[in-house]
Parts: sequence; C-alpha cells; structure tokens
Amino acid sequence: MYSSVTSASSFETRKKLLIEEMAKFLPSDSIIADEETLRVYECDGLSAYCERPLLTVLPDSVEDVQKILKLCHRWGVPVVARGAGTGLSAGATPSPDGILLSLARFNRILRIDPEARTATVQPGVRNLAISQAVEPMGLFYAPDPSSQIACTIGGNLAENSGGAHCLKYGLTVHNVLAFEMLTAEGERVRVGGQGLDNCGFDLLPLIIGSEGLLGVITEITVKLLPSPDAAQVIMAAFDSVEKAGDAVAGVIAKGIIPAALEMMDRYAIQAAEDFVRAGYPTNAEALLLCEIDGVREEVVEYVEQVEGLFRELGAVAVRTSQSDAERALLWKGRKSAFPAVGRISPDYYCMDGTIPRSQLSYVLTRMREMSEEYGLRVANVFHAGDGNLHPLIMFDANVPGEFEKTEEFGGRILELCVAVGGCITGEHGVGLEKIRQMSAQFSEAELEQFHAVKDAFDPGGVLNPGKGVPILRRCQEYRSIGN
Amino acid sequence: MTDIADRLVDQVMTARAASRPLMIRGGGSKAFMGRAVAGEAMDLSEHSGVVDYSPSELVITARAGTRIADVRRALDEQGQMLPFEPPEYEGRATLGGALAANTSGPARPWRGSVRDALLGTRIINGKGEHLRFGGVVMKNVAGYDLSRAQCGAMGSLGVITELSIRVIPKPELETTLVQECNEATAITKMVELCRQPRPLSAVCWTGGRLYLRLSGAEQAVASTIGYWGGELLERAADFWRQIQEQTHEFFEGETPLWRLSVKPSAPPLGNDAPVLLDWGGALRWVRAESSLTAMERYAVSAQGQASLYRHGDRNGEVYHRLSPPLRALHQRLKAALDPDGIFNPGRLYSWL
Repeated sequence: MYSSVTSASSFETRKKLLIEEMAKFLPSDSIIADEETLRVYECDGLSAYCERPLLTVLPDSVEDVQKILKLCHRWGVPVVARGAGTGLSAGATPSPDGILLSLARFNRILRIDPEARTATVQPGVRNLAISQAVEPMGLFYAPDPSSQIACTIGGNLAENSGGAHCLKYGLTVHNVLAFEMLTAEGERVRVGGQGLDNCGFDLLPLIIGSEGLLGVITEITVKLLPSPDAAQVIMAAFDSVEKAGDAVAGVIAKGIIPAALEMMDRYAIQAAEDFVRAGYPTNAEALLLCEIDGVREEVVEYVEQVEGLFRELGAVAVRTSQSDAERALLWKGRKSAFPAVGRISPDYYCMDGTIPRSQLSYVLTRMREMSEEYGLRVANVFHAGDGNLHPLIMFDANVPGEFEKTEEFGGRILELCVAVGGCITGEHGVGLEKIRQMSAQFSEAELEQFHAVKDAFDPGGVLNPGKGVPILRRCQEYRSIGN
Repeated sequence: MTDIADRLVDQVMTARAASRPLMIRGGGSKAFMGRAVAGEAMDLSEHSGVVDYSPSELVITARAGTRIADVRRALDEQGQMLPFEPPEYEGRATLGGALAANTSGPARPWRGSVRDALLGTRIINGKGEHLRFGGVVMKNVAGYDLSRAQCGAMGSLGVITELSIRVIPKPELETTLVQECNEATAITKMVELCRQPRPLSAVCWTGGRLYLRLSGAEQAVASTIGYWGGELLERAADFWRQIQEQTHEFFEGETPLWRLSVKPSAPPLGNDAPVLLDWGGALRWVRAESSLTAMERYAVSAQGQASLYRHGDRNGEVYHRLSPPLRALHQRLKAALDPDGIFNPGRLYSWL
C-alpha cells in the first residue's frame, strides 16, 4: 500500500487511501475532506501563507492521535499539528500533501492541584482559560500572549510564547513542569515531572518552542503562581523615543523588575487610542506602560519611585491606574494595538525581532530610514523590558508588488536585529515566514546541527516539514542574493 | 582570562580521529557527581573570563571555565546576582559546570534554575564544530534550544565553552524567619505559605526547624514579617550558604547522599533516614545506605525522581532510570550532537 501511495503522483489517490484508513478508527465527523471546510484550515494568523491540506482530522483521544501518527509515519505523510491557529509565523500552514491534525477537541482541564500549584491540561485548552479556572484559588498562569483569549496552551508550547509579563515571570518554557508527547513514530513519552529537576537530558526546553517539528504534545502540566496582592500600571508619555528608551534603562538600573514594561510609538498610540479610548495622549512620540505588582506595600513604594523617575527623565505626562478597571483599560489599548493598526491601514505585517535594550534608539532610527526608503509606514509596539520589538509594517495587498516589498523590508528589519546582537524572533517563531532569515542568525554548521536534532526525533521528517529550519541549499542561495 | 577555544577544538578533533573518550572538567569541584568514568582529561579551567557584562541589560557572558565566585564578585559590584544561587564548592565551581550538572541553590523554586537563567551558549559538538545557540536577549525562539538542553547533561552533549546568563538585582532586604515543627507539619506549612503572594525566596526544613527566607523590597519583607510573625534567625546568610554549598552538618560524613526531586506537597517519604527539605518541599535530601531501586520507589511515590548525589557506589547507575522510549530519544539525541560518543561517555548513564 505504501508504494501505491508514493508512486501515485495524484494527491487524490493518497487522499482517498488516507480517508479509508482513518475511517477505520475515527468517526466520520472527525475527518474533514471537503474542499469548502478545508479552507478553514488553510492558514494560521499569518494569512499571507495559504495551503489546503489533503485532510483535516479532529481526534479526541490520545490513542487516536497515536494511530494517526503511526499511519503517517509508515506512509511518509506530512502531519501539521494545529491549536487555535492564532500563530503569526505560518507555523501551522498545512502541507498540501499531508494532513492537518487539529487538537481543538483536547480542550479539557484535567487536574488542578492548588497545593502543588500546578494544573494539568490538554493541549487545546485556551491560555486564558487556565488562569480563569484557578483564579478562585488565588493562583494564575503567568505567560499572557496578546492572543490569550483564543490561543491554546499546546500552541504556546510549540512557539514558546511570551507576552507582556515575561520580564518578571518568564516565557512558556519557564512555566511548564511536564508534558506528555507522542513521537513522530507514535511512541508516548513523558518529559519533565511534578518535581522541579529531572534526571537525564533536559528535553523540556528543547521541545518547547520547537514549532511542532519534534513531537505532538498531548498533555501539559503548568506551574501556577500566587496572584499578586496588588498591581498598578504607570503610563508615561514622552516627546521622543530616545527619552522613553532612557526611562526603560532607568527603571532597570534602579533594581526594579516590573511585571511588564511596554512601549508604543506615535502610530501605535494613535491607532490604539482611536480604537479603545484608553486615554493615551495622542500627541506623544512614545508611551510607556510599566506595571508593578507584588505585596501592596511594595507596589506603593515602587510606583512612587517609578513615577518620580519618569518625571525626572522628561515624561510629559504620567498617570497611574487607581483601580483594576483603569489598569485593564490602559492595558486594553496595548493589547489591541495590532487590530487597531489594522483599522488605519488595509493590511499590516507584524515582525518579531529582539534586540539588546541599549540598541533601541539606533534600531528605531534605522527603521525610520528604511520606512522612508520603502515608502511604507511602520508602527512600533515593543516589549521594552525584554527587548522584543513588534514593528507593524502597513501596506495594501491590493497594490501589486506591495506585499513583496513589505516582506523584504521586514526581512531587513530582522537582519538589523541580528546585526545589533539580537535575534529574528522573540516569541512568534520561525515557521515558514522567517525561514530565510535563519541563515542571518545561524551558520551552516549550526543549521546542520538543527537538522541532526530533527532527524533524531523524526527520522522520517513527517512532522511539520519545511518549517523552522531552512534546508541548506536554500541558505546558500539566499546568502548569495544578499551579497 | 584566556580564550583557548581553538585548542579545545583541536583536542576534540584529535580525540574524534582516535575514537578516544574525553573527560570534560572545569574546576574539578563536581568530580564526586555522576558515574565514575575514565578518559583523557579535557580541561576547561583555563578557558575563563567575563566576555561581556552590561548591568543595564541584566546579562553577563563568560567563558565556561570562569569560576562562579569570580562572576559573583563582578555582579556584586553592580548590586546584581545570579538568580539560581549555584554552589561554589570552595570557590572551584565554574559556570560551565553549573550548567552541565544543573546545580542551583535554595531560591530555585522562585528564581528558577540555571536553565531558566540561561540565554545562550557556545558549544563544541562531537564533530569539532564550535557553535552558538541562543543569544544575549531574553526572548529568542529561533532554532531548537540546544543551550538549555545542555542543562544536567553532565557534558555528554558537547563541550560548553561560553554562557550568557540573565542576572537579577540583589534584593533590598533579606530576612529569615524560623519556627520549630516536625516534618509533616513543615510540609503542610510550606504548601500553605508558598500559595501566598509573599516575597519568599527560600523555604527549608532541617533538624526540626522550618526556615523561611524573605527577599525583596523593604516594605514587602517588613509587612510579611508582621503578617506571619515568628522568630528572626540570626546570621541567616551563613545558614543559607551552608544549604547552598551543602556544608551544613546534615551533609557531613560518608553516608550516601540521595537527592529526591519530588512534588512539593508530597507527604514525608516514610523511611527512617535523615532528611532535609529544601525548595519548599520539592527537594528532599536523604542520607541512607540504600539502593537506587529503593530510592526510586520512594521518589516515584512522591511523584518525583531520585539520584545518588554524593558517596556510595558510583560504578552502577546513579541517576533515576528512564523509560524505554525516553532512553531511545536520549541515545538518538546524543548521536546527533556527539556521533562518535567521545564526550563523557557513561558519566550520566552507563549506556550513554
């Protein structure tokens, strides 16, 4: 049967055979094969990349996922796992000759252990649903990507998602204790444990952030933290980006680690303010949002220090939230900055580079120059505390050639990030989108090492093929174009 | 303060050509850990020195042979510290060794382990290629994280040559509260106190006493003392250093020292052996003439793992044994980084 699949040039033959096999164990409503419904799955949050999979399957038991993987491994059929599809790097774009494995039905919170401060959940549980479920126990799950209402914890592991509060609470990798994974061959393995340290290789950080290339995660135990007593956010407006950058450095130099420290530039401030009316001063060049949380007395002490510091460093306006509602409103502007920019431009393209904080002014200046060069506007939202930039390039996809121009501009921004000592992606992942820039950050030997690791986990190369790590020949071509 | 990377690469190439195992060594402070192995010594102690330190970025980059004590002093001058409080073992322990052996101190549950603080590394793989993974920024998800994968590998996945580590500001104030209680009560209290949003940075129980370290803003520490009450411990820094360095009287003598990493809320293990609880109950040190199998059983009943940390038979397995599929992944990953198996073979597991 295997040979008949590979020798048949037609995808239709393969599709028919796969449906036949899958129908032996999956109920019919778990197999989607019609073109119309398959369109739902043709892209993730980066819709510039679209592919129609042969099939989408929606299993609801680990045993069925295991059977699917074993079959695909045997037949050499690509498998792309997908959570909510909110990813921004085309990491969940289907393979046209493979199946899309939706984990949406794995949406149960299995156990909450308030004493050990953990929650064990299925991968399709939404990020925010975890914090909501444990809130009555005075606990929360820290990583909070902007898409937390929709994105799943399984997807968060695949991308090692961050969010606004990483500076103090870390990324997904810092907040996961254990998971169960199926290997490409369909073997069940447990990685990590209920304790903090485990014997053997530390596979947990290797697999978290591996973009679905090393295994399919089926169960996750996350760490929960006690909800802070109090939290306040200080908003400060500046008449230059440089001053705002100095203010960020000033907070860190004071020995304060804020829960979050975010910056927005003029375009982003205006767009967000028009959208949610958070009370942002729209004449400012840069806006900082600095959240302090902890024991009440500590918050009072630090808020006072930070307010003073911002004024001293030239803030033109400083406002501190006096209630949780006000705090939520100030954050709402920041969290909806992406859709807000979507309202002032027909399309936008979100980048995700990270830079050392000290390089901020230089990078923003260079970006402005490039913006003029390409004739494309850029709005910037920035996790200033941890150096993660999200430039939003505004363009119109209906103008011929403008998307290509945007992509090129974006690529140059990422290369700039690498040149100043940063990296091409802080939290969105490489996916298909940044695969060309991988060779700006890594040497051929390093990329080759990644391929060796991939082969160790997935010798048949069926898991999310073509994502994350470029094939080496292509690197060479890209380099020669770059020169 | 020298860079001997080229020489290290040469040594790897030579060893590879001759299929000769290398025994990687930094300050030699952790020779007691892992399984006893033989091989040509590969000395990293000369490959040392801080390469870059920018306090405002909260990042330090140093060569792997740099002594932790030297790093601590450099950070101290800027009011900063390593978050994971690694033992310095009489000043000999190196930064690379802390990563390879995954050593972290009492603050680990709150401030993370060496892996959590690690941002990037340079390693020499088994092909003699000097590679760089990760970087100097907090967020970096490009490529597989082969930096953090080095944590606890005991040098068997490559020669770590350089590390970039996130540092934190030192707390304004540190105070320790102490109270008398038995082990079972201690675990109950630990669980209860760790659930509260208070500035805890270490929770340990030994000799019938529960020690709670509070670190942070003055106001936060002061208000917690008022809220919880209890006796203040004098010379608390000395006590915590003894826990961190394993020089406390509990660690004296030659009786095998077992390290059980378990679910923090698990009840007492139920054997009569002396025990010291650290990490709010998640780390249990046990002194016992026992077998790995027996200790594994105790650990598993507490949903954790056991390893023979110091003393005892170091020719058999000393680390909690792995399930067959996990073992297969270990062998394949090892082959991906060290195809000829020259780095510390047998140090972690007899079959690796």
